[in-house]
Amino acid sequence: MSGFEGYIQLVYVLAAALFVLGLHLMNSPATARRGNQVSVTGMVIAGIATLILLIHDGTVTATGWIVLIAGALIGSAIGLYAARTVQMTAMPQLVSAFNSVGGGAAALVAIYGYIDSEANAGGVLGTTTVFTLLDVLIGSVTFSGSIIAAGKLQGWIGGQPIIFKGSRLLNVALAVVAVGAAAFMLTTASLPALLIVVLAALGFGILMVLPIGGADMPVVISLLNAFTGTAVAMAGFVIANWALIVAGALVGASGGILTKLMADAMNRSLANIMLGGFGTGDSAVAVGAAADAHVRSIAADDAAIQLAYASKVIIVPGYGLAAAQAQHGVAELASLLEDRGIEVSYAIHPVAGRMPGHMNVLLAEANVPYPLLKEMEEINPEFGRADVALVIGANDVTNPAARRPGNEISGMPILDVDQARSIIVVKRSMGTGYAGMENELYYDPKTSMYFADAKKAMAELTAAVKTLVA
Amino acid sequence: MSTALVTDLTIFVLALLVGIEVIGKVPATLHTPLMSATNSIHGIVLAGALLIGVTAHTVVGYILAFVAAVFAAANVVGGYVVTERMLKMFRRKAPEQGAEALNGHKGLKGILSRAGGKAQS
Repeated sequence: MSGFEGYIQLVYVLAAALFVLGLHLMNSPATARRGNQVSVTGMVIAGIATLILLIHDGTVTATGWIVLIAGALIGSAIGLYAARTVQMTAMPQLVSAFNSVGGGAAALVAIYGYIDSEANAGGVLGTTTVFTLLDVLIGSVTFSGSIIAAGKLQGWIGGQPIIFKGSRLLNVALAVVAVGAAAFMLTTASLPALLIVVLAALGFGILMVLPIGGADMPVVISLLNAFTGTAVAMAGFVIANWALIVAGALVGASGGILTKLMADAMNRSLANIMLGGFGTGDSAVAVGAAADAHVRSIAADDAAIQLAYASKVIIVPGYGLAAAQAQHGVAELASLLEDRGIEVSYAIHPVAGRMPGHMNVLLAEANVPYPLLKEMEEINPEFGRADVALVIGANDVTNPAARRPGNEISGMPILDVDQARSIIVVKRSMGTGYAGMENELYYDPKTSMYFADAKKAMAELTAAVKTLVA
Repeated sequence: MSTALVTDLTIFVLALLVGIEVIGKVPATLHTPLMSATNSIHGIVLAGALLIGVTAHTVVGYILAFVAAVFAAANVVGGYVVTERMLKMFRRKAPEQGAEALNGHKGLKGILSRAGGKAQS
C-alpha cells in the first residue's frame, strides 16, 4: 500500500464509521432520519475518495470513464425512479430487488478481479481465491434468489411454494457442482470453472427460493439481505477495501439478526423454512361462514357501539389489512375514536407483513403516530385492560392454541388478544390462516365475527360510529 | 498468512460485532427502514465497481464494469431515497386536520366523505 492509497483507505474508514453512527441513530424514530443522512454523508465521502483514487491512478481509459459514468448515471436513475414511485405495500419487493443488484454487483467485482489477475499473472491462487469464490457463490445465489423472491412478492410467480418432482435433488446437485467447481479452483486457475460456479450458484438461488411460501418471505428477505452483506464484505477482501469489508459486515450482522427475529416470531427453524412446503401463504378459502353455531356474527352498527363506548381499544392489524389496502381506513376509524377520548393503540406482531417491520411503515404512511405502534412484548400485558380488541386481517398470530403443545403453531409467540374484554374480528370468511388450522379465538364467547373485506369494513364502521355520535 | 489478510479479517470480525451491538438496539418499528438503510450501505460496492475501471481495458472488462456500476448505483441511490421517504412518514403526532385538508385530493375526498356522512345522518 503506497502512502497515497493509505490516505484513501483512511477516508474509507471514516466513511465506515459514519455508517455505524448512522445505524446507531436508527435506534429511535426521532433520530432515524438524521441517521440516514449521516450514512449518506459517509457514502458521498467514500464516493469522492474513490474518484480521487481513480484520477490519481491515471490508468482509467477514456472508454473506461464513459462506461463508469454512464453506468453510474443509468443505475442512479433506475434507483431513484424505483424509490420515488414504489408503493409502501410493495416495499418488500423493492428491498429484494436491491438485495439482488447488490449481490450481483459484488459477484461481478470478484469475477472481474479473477479475470484480470488470470490475464496478468496466470491466475490468483491462495487466500484471495478463497474470498473470490465465496463472493461469487454468495453473490450469485443472492442475485437469482432475490429476483425470485421479488417475483413472488410482486405476484409474477405464484406465492405458493413451487416444488416439482426432483427439484430438491436438482438443488442438491447444483450445490455440489458449485462447491465442487469452486474447490477445484483452489488448486487450479480456470476461468471455465468460475463460469460453472456462477451458473450453478444462480440455479441454486432460484431453486432455493421457489419452494418457500409467501408468508415466510420476512425470513427469506432478511436472509438474502444477510447474504448480500456477506458478499459485499467478501468483495472487500478481494480488492482489499476496508469500506466494503466494514459495510458488508454491518449488513451481514443486520440481516442475520432480523432473520433470527423473524424465525423466532414464527417459532420455526431456518432449516424448516428453507425446506419449505408448509401452508400456501395467502389462503382465503371460503368455508361456509355461519355454518358453525359457536361463531357469533356481528353487524357494523353493533360493532360501532362497542367501539364508540369503549375506553381502551387495541387494534390488531395483520397482512390481510395491507392486502385489502385498508390501512388508511383503519387510521381514520382510530382517529375518530381518539377524538372521543378513547385510548387507541396498535398491537404489531413481528411477522405482521411481508418483511420485518412492514406493518409499521404501512400504518405510518396512513399517518398513524409511531408512539401508538406497540411491539408484542409491550402490548401483551395491556390486552387485559382493553375493552375491545379489533382484529383486522390477522389470524395465526392471535390463535390461543399456540400456548398449548401438540399443534402446528405450538410455542409461536402470539398476541394475547383473548385477554381483552371483548373481541371483534374483521375477516372475509372463516378460512384458515397460513398454518392451515382453525383459530380458537373465533369460537371464544367474547368474540364477534364481522364478515367483510377489511377496507369495506373500516368504511362501514367509521360511518356507523359517526352516525352514532352525531 | 499475510499481515494484510490478518488486518482485513480483524476489521471484518470487529465490524460484525459492532453491527450486532448497534442493530440489536433498533426498535421493531424501524425494521423496514433499517433494511432499506442497510441496503443502501451495501451499495458501497459501487466503490468496488468503479475500481474495476482502473484495469479494465478490454470489452469484457468494460461490460463487467458497466453492469456492476448500474447495479451498485441503483442500489445505493434507491436505497437512500426510499429510506428517507419512509422515515419522513414516521411522526410522533398525527398531522393537523387543516394540513391534511390542504394536502390535495385526498384531503378533499376526506371532506366530501365527511360531508356525505353528515348528509346521510
